[in-house]
Amino acid sequence: MTTQQAVGPKQTRVRGGQILSYLALLILLFITLFPLWWVLRTALTSPESVFSHVSSLLPVNPTTQNFERVLGLIDTKDLIGEGVVTSYMSTATLDFWVFLRNSFIVSSSITLGQTLFSSMAAYAFARIRFPLRDKIFFIYLTGLMIPGIVLFIPNFVFVRQLGWIGTYQGIIAPTFLMTPFAVFFMRQFFLGLNKDLEEAATIDGASRIGLFWRIALPLVKGPLVTLAILTFIGSWNDYLWPLLVGRDESVRVLTVALGIFREQTPQGAPDWAGLMAGAAVSIVPTIIIFIFFGRKVVDSIQFSGFK
Amino acid sequence: MSANYMPIKSSFSLSKGLNRLVNAEALIGYLFILPSLIGFSIFYAYPALRAVYISFLDWNLLTDAKYIGLENYQTLFNDNRFWDSLRVTLLYVLWNIPLQTVLAVFMAVMLDRFSTVLSSVMRGILILPWLMPNVVVALLWLWILDPSIGLMNEFLKALGIGRQPFMGSPSQAIQSIAGINIWRHVGYTSILVFAGLKTIPKSLYEAAAIDGAGELLQFRKITLPLLRPVLVFVLVTSVIGSFQVFDTVAVTTGGGPAGSTRVIIYYIYQQVFERRINMGMATAASVVLFAILITVTIVQMRLLRSGESDLADYQ
Repeated sequence: MTTQQAVGPKQTRVRGGQILSYLALLILLFITLFPLWWVLRTALTSPESVFSHVSSLLPVNPTTQNFERVLGLIDTKDLIGEGVVTSYMSTATLDFWVFLRNSFIVSSSITLGQTLFSSMAAYAFARIRFPLRDKIFFIYLTGLMIPGIVLFIPNFVFVRQLGWIGTYQGIIAPTFLMTPFAVFFMRQFFLGLNKDLEEAATIDGASRIGLFWRIALPLVKGPLVTLAILTFIGSWNDYLWPLLVGRDESVRVLTVALGIFREQTPQGAPDWAGLMAGAAVSIVPTIIIFIFFGRKVVDSIQFSGFK
Repeated sequence: MSANYMPIKSSFSLSKGLNRLVNAEALIGYLFILPSLIGFSIFYAYPALRAVYISFLDWNLLTDAKYIGLENYQTLFNDNRFWDSLRVTLLYVLWNIPLQTVLAVFMAVMLDRFSTVLSSVMRGILILPWLMPNVVVALLWLWILDPSIGLMNEFLKALGIGRQPFMGSPSQAIQSIAGINIWRHVGYTSILVFAGLKTIPKSLYEAAAIDGAGELLQFRKITLPLLRPVLVFVLVTSVIGSFQVFDTVAVTTGGGPAGSTRVIIYYIYQQVFERRINMGMATAASVVLFAILITVTIVQMRLLRSGESDLADYQ
C-alpha cells in the first residue's frame, strides 16, 4: 500500500519534469535563434517600415535594397536623387565588399601562419629533444595569463614605430607567428601520437622535417582543422586590436566597419535596416563554418575543459 | 705529456661526435620553434616588460617620453574615474558570472536528460551565439533593446509591463550589457559543464537512487561536488574574460550614460584615444588590472579548492 502510494506521485512528477524540460528546451531554442531571425527580418525591411512597423515578425515591404546599399551596389546619392533617401537612412558611403575582403585577408593570413608555425613549435616541444625545451614551453604558457590590453598598448606603440598603422601586416603581425594557446593545443595531440610510426620512418631514413610533414602532421589533421577553425573565427570576430591599428578604410575589417557605421548613424534614429544588413553580411562566414564544422567546434570546447 | 693526453683526446672527440649528433637534433628543434619564438619574444615577452616601463613614463606619443617614476600610479589612484571604472567592472562581473554559471549548469543538466541525438543537436545550436562577433551581438541587442522602438519593449507591453530604458538609463545599462554577454556565452559555458557531467560515473546515481535519494538531493550531493573541477575552470576563465569586457560597451553605450558603463578596459582605451593621449596612465591602469586578475584568480582557486577532487570520497 505505502509503496504504491509512494511510486504513483513520483512517476507523474517525473513525467511533469520531462514536459518542463521540453518546454525549457523550446524556450532556449527560441531565445537562441529568434534574435538572429530579427537581424534578417530587419535587414529585409525598408528603412521607413522599420520605424512604422515595430513588431511585425516578418519583413515589411521586403526589399534587398539595404543589402545593396551596404555592399555599395547602389549609390546613396542616386537614392537621394530619386527621393528614396529618408532621415531613416544613413547617407554614408558603405562598401562592405571591401571590408569583407579585408576581413578575409586578415583572418586567412593569421589562420595560415598561426596554425603552421604553432604546429611546428608544438611538434618540437612534444618530440624533439633540445636544451631549455621545457623551460621555453613553460614561459609560453605564462603568456596565456597576460590580459590582452597589457600587450595591446606596447604592441600598438611598436607597430606604430614600424610604420604599420593602417596596414594589413600591422593587424596580422601579433598573432601570425604563434599564440600560446595554439602551441599548447597542438602539443597535446602530438604528445598523444604513437612513437612507433615515427621510429619506423626514421629507420627508413626520413628526416625530422619529413617526419613532421609526412607522418605527424597528417595524423593530427582533425585537431589541426579544429585549431584553424577556432583561429579563423577568433580573428574574424576580433575588434579591439584592429580598432587600434586598422581604422583606415583600405584595411578596415568588418567588425571595425560595423562599429564605425554605428558611430556615424544618427543617435536618435539609427539606420537599423542598414546596420542589420551589415551585421548579416558579417556573419555569413560564421554561419557557413557553423553549418559545416559546428560539431567540431563543440567537440573542441568539450576538450578544452580538461586541459 | 702530449702522448698521455692522446686517449683522453680521442674519447673527447668521440663524445664530440655524439655531441654533434645531439646538436644537430637540437638545432632542428630550435629551427622548429624559431618562428614561434620570434613571435613570442616580440609580441608577448617584450611588450609585457615594456608595459611596465611605459607605465613609468609621461608620454603622449608625439613628444619625447619623460621618466616620472610612480607618478602615473599616484595620479591613477587619485582619479575618481578610475575607481568608478573598477566599480562598474565589478558590478558587470557580478551581474554576468553568477547568472551565467547557474543558467549554464541548469542547461547542461537538462541536456544530459535528453537522448544523445537531441542533446547533440541542441549543443550544436547553443554554440551559435558564441561563434558570432561581439560587435554583431552588441548591435543586434542594441536594436532589440532600443528604448523607443525596440522589440523587447513591445514584448513587455504585451505582457503588461511598462517601457524600460535598458541601455538608455544609468540604472539599467550595465545590467543590459551583462545580459547581452550572458546570451553570447551561456551556450558555450553549458557545453563545458556538460562535458564535466559526462565524467561523473552513472553508478553513483544508481546507488543513490536505490538508497532513496531524490533527484534534487542527488544533484546537491553528487553532481555539484563532482562537477567542481570543471566549475573551477569555467569560473576562473569566465571571470578573467568578464573583467576584460570591452567590445559590447564600445559598440553600444561608449561608456555612457553618465559613465555608468565605463568599464576598466574602456577607461584605458579612452586614455589612449579619446582624452589627452596618455600612454603612461593607460599602461599603468592595465598593469593594475593584471594585478587584480592574478589576485582574483588565486583567491578563486583557494576558495574552490581547485587542486582536490571529490571523486575519492565516493569510492
